[in-house]
Amino acid sequence: MYRTALRNVLAHKGRLLMTALAVMLGTAFVAGTLVFSDTMGQAMRNSYSNSYSDVSVLVTDHEAGGFSRGPKAPDGKQQQPLTDATVRELTALPGTERARGVVAGFTGVADPKGNLVAEAWNSRGANFVPDGSGQDPRYPMAQGRGPQKAGEIALNRQAADKAGYHVGDKVRVAGNGAAEDTTLTGVFTTDDPQVSSGGTLVLMDTATAQQRLLEPGRYSSIVLTAKAGTAENTLLDEARAKLPADSIDLQTGQQLKDEQTKMVAGMVSGTKTMLLVFAGISLFVGIFIIVNTFTMLIAQRLKELALLRAVGAGRAQVTNSVLVEALLIGVIASATGLLTGIGIGAGMQSLLHSVNEGLPTGSLVLAPVTVIATLVVGIVVTVLSALIPAIRASRIPPVAAMSSGDIPTTQRGLVIRNVIGAVIAGGGIALILAGASGKGSGAQALLELGAPLTMIGIFVLLPLLSRPVIALVGPLLGKVFGTPGKLARRNAVRNPRRTASTAAALTIGLTLVTALTVIGNSVTTAVTKMVGSSMKADYVVSMANGHELSHDLPALISKANGVTAVSPVGNVMWTVAGQDRAVMGMDAASFDQLVALDMKSGSTGSLKQGQILVNDEFADKHQLAQGSAVKIEVGDGKSVDATVGGVFERNDGVSPIIAPNAMIDQYEPDAYVNEIMVKGANGPSAELKQSIKDATGRNPVIEVLTEKDMVDQFSRIITNALNIMYGLLGMAVIVAVLGVINTLAMSVFERKREIGMLRAIGLDRRGIKRMVRIESVVISLFGAVIGVLLGCFLAWAAARVLASDLKGLTTVIPYGSVLLFLGLAALVGIVAALWPARRASRMDILASIKTD
Amino acid sequence: MSTSTAYAAHTGLAAARATGLNKVYGEGETRVVALDNVSVSFGRGEFTAIMGPSGSGKSTLMHCMAGLDTVSSGSATIGDTELVGLKDKQLTKLRRDKIGFIFQAFNLLPTLTALENITLPMDIAGRKVDKPWLDRVVETVGLSGRLSHRPAQLSGGQQQRVACARALASKPEIIFADEPTGNLDSRSGAEILSFLRNSVRELGQTVVMVTHDPVAASYADRVVFLADGRIVDELTHPTADSVLDRMRRFDAKGRTS
Repeated sequence: MYRTALRNVLAHKGRLLMTALAVMLGTAFVAGTLVFSDTMGQAMRNSYSNSYSDVSVLVTDHEAGGFSRGPKAPDGKQQQPLTDATVRELTALPGTERARGVVAGFTGVADPKGNLVAEAWNSRGANFVPDGSGQDPRYPMAQGRGPQKAGEIALNRQAADKAGYHVGDKVRVAGNGAAEDTTLTGVFTTDDPQVSSGGTLVLMDTATAQQRLLEPGRYSSIVLTAKAGTAENTLLDEARAKLPADSIDLQTGQQLKDEQTKMVAGMVSGTKTMLLVFAGISLFVGIFIIVNTFTMLIAQRLKELALLRAVGAGRAQVTNSVLVEALLIGVIASATGLLTGIGIGAGMQSLLHSVNEGLPTGSLVLAPVTVIATLVVGIVVTVLSALIPAIRASRIPPVAAMSSGDIPTTQRGLVIRNVIGAVIAGGGIALILAGASGKGSGAQALLELGAPLTMIGIFVLLPLLSRPVIALVGPLLGKVFGTPGKLARRNAVRNPRRTASTAAALTIGLTLVTALTVIGNSVTTAVTKMVGSSMKADYVVSMANGHELSHDLPALISKANGVTAVSPVGNVMWTVAGQDRAVMGMDAASFDQLVALDMKSGSTGSLKQGQILVNDEFADKHQLAQGSAVKIEVGDGKSVDATVGGVFERNDGVSPIIAPNAMIDQYEPDAYVNEIMVKGANGPSAELKQSIKDATGRNPVIEVLTEKDMVDQFSRIITNALNIMYGLLGMAVIVAVLGVINTLAMSVFERKREIGMLRAIGLDRRGIKRMVRIESVVISLFGAVIGVLLGCFLAWAAARVLASDLKGLTTVIPYGSVLLFLGLAALVGIVAALWPARRASRMDILASIKTD
Repeated sequence: MSTSTAYAAHTGLAAARATGLNKVYGEGETRVVALDNVSVSFGRGEFTAIMGPSGSGKSTLMHCMAGLDTVSSGSATIGDTELVGLKDKQLTKLRRDKIGFIFQAFNLLPTLTALENITLPMDIAGRKVDKPWLDRVVETVGLSGRLSHRPAQLSGGQQQRVACARALASKPEIIFADEPTGNLDSRSGAEILSFLRNSVRELGQTVVMVTHDPVAASYADRVVFLADGRIVDELTHPTADSVLDRMRRFDAKGRTS
């Protein structure tokens, strides 16, 4: 029996090729993901621990040089800082070999055009600490020398190269204060992964760094290096005794490394999980192909299997012989997939490295779990997929061996299948509809349960759907493509199960692609609308790093050429009507020029009387109306009685509560301001932007953006995310193409005699090719159309649920993209048909029509 | 001797003709001569049967004459068209426009209805169906009530009648039938054969049929006997007995020689 199975695999090598390829691609994806993430994780860990190699204890003042601070903490009391005295004190500890005072904080570098070189979160500044020879071992200079006085800086090599700076150039830098022109005295290399992976690091002499980033004499952290023989913990205890307890953190080098390891693991495992999900989708698509192949092979070998039964093979033996075949394919394909995956992992790493030189690299990591998981997944998927066809094979009656002539392909009733499919799909759709009409996490849960159910239900129903859907385009095919078109259409619906499982592979990919695209497009549109509907301001001025804007900026901007209205946007957390709410402050005088609201009652002018505006939702919740009095606790135990001057329709572009800045200043003079809205006389223009930039001191950290810029920034994020998804789903589509090729090749083989007859009675080679190609396109488009419709439906439901968080979110179908997807699906059909069509057209007529 | 008779008989009115046709398979030790200098002509409006034991080359002759197979040397013509040297495209067109086929295994497309199968050659050619002619053909084969049936819903005899109608409907110059009754019971077979004979008598069709069944051959106007790739005999106005008799004689001759 097992020899039979082996012989069968060998005899049907060609026909099993596509199945093996499908399994191979899926497992390669799994193995590639595992290898890549292990390798990347190890490289990053190594790289981080290198940068901690001389750290025994890190003393951090967490009050100093912090990144984005939200609205200020109520008590701004100064903690005891780390100073030169602290450094000296710690140096004197018995266990200390060296102590290094570190100043660190945000420092932006402008490129020659005045824009930030790196993203704000990745733009850093630090102090250069030269030893006796004028070198800092932490930052070895590649060119020039380290900075020695104010007005001098050194820059990491990637940043200098990116901006095109050379030693001696003028470079504009800005911390949280004003921007300054400095001279580049040196370019250095560093293995700090955060810097080398595309960030900028500006080095200054310690005094300048302190002045620019903190305050004179203060350090953000002190790095202690232990004497040989002193344990990190001992040194930590010694240091702790010398330092105030609360605002100073102490960590040993080991703790830091552990923390980094955990962080890296978190980062890597996030990526890994996402990649594995997509690998899973590819494998899932592969299942359809495996099932299809074995079903077809068994149909073709009906007589042979019946003969085995007739000569005494038991049912289990027939089933096993098919399963052994599957096992062989699974083993071969998974092993090949593993090797390919290792190659992919290595390739991805060098690809990433070529894109971003700074990323850490290391030797390829092939964990045992990678090998085992890949092989087990590949083999189990293959064998389980072959199970149903194998059981069906065992049900072939021995008498089938005796029947003569052609064995008609038995069309087992689809009734049971359709009932099951309808129940599952119906349940899924019901859940989705219930979710779509609900709100919050409950609705989301319904959706998360309903979506996969609906997809599975639709897959089960695909054979039923194939006839009517394909019938829709039938007349067109006949008219445009003549007899080959007509024959192709008939062939496509000839075996609904086969057509369905072939198309399903594409349906999966298209459903996901469409759903993601429609959601992305809907969100982008909603955000555009939201920003557009509330903002009348031409420009919004903000800090690229999200920090607070200097309070003297509004006055400076209002003096700029062409500016007609300016208002800082104040942010305070007040307790309004018993609830902590973010209150947005605007200048009453310029409000109408900068913001547009749909007022339900009252007017925006009431801001001038010191009254507040609330949105309809908030008003309803607290039974407020125009003229209502509302109690606001403004902190420090004080409270005010404010009057509601108007109610506006909810608009996610502004806070639910808007107060005049005059009122906010009265209680919180240093309210957190991170945006300034600006209106110009003639709308947004390059001149206006330039004059605002000039007014703000051409600081690279200060961003002057139009509404469109902000929307573009947002849609770029969405587009990037979508592109990554497309790339990952591409693998599933490739597997689907293999499926189409597989089905067509098998069909061509089975219909050999028909093709021979068609050639004999006068259909030329082109006609045969065209017939196969159209069948392929019809099947592909069928899968794609169902996928697109399903995707749109799921996206619609998701948008309905999301709408409670993002007002104005409606499903906006990007028809252009959808048409593109369908066009690509048709292309998939044409490409998949290349080889089978060629084979069909080259068939020898006599050999094909021969009766055997 | 009989070769020349077979060739000369219908010089003026030949629908198809082979002259010095050779067909050789393989090379060296595996070389097999399937047709050995065969010259034969098939008269217009005549029902010719090609007979011979299996391996005699009768099917090869038909395939070569019908443009399904290439010849090694010699000439084969349909009407005034020389088949030898034609490219695949031209051969396809020739088969489509001038030749009708009836196969042993019916060879209908299971996805098409009976009527669609019948009009398939014309659909492929993009030619308009001659409706009165089609009606007459359909009537003659007795399929009127079953035109919308799929092949799977028809009996073997009915399927072969559809195949006959398909061959006739496009009014080809010549119909080649390859063992058309091989897969049928004797009653259905007789129906098909009378129908083929009628199509010759009444519709003026030219039919060439390959068979090994003397009864089938007896429906023909003329029987050509093949053995070892050569035409060995010929019989006009055959009866089943006379055909059987010839075959026996010929068999005996083959054995003694």
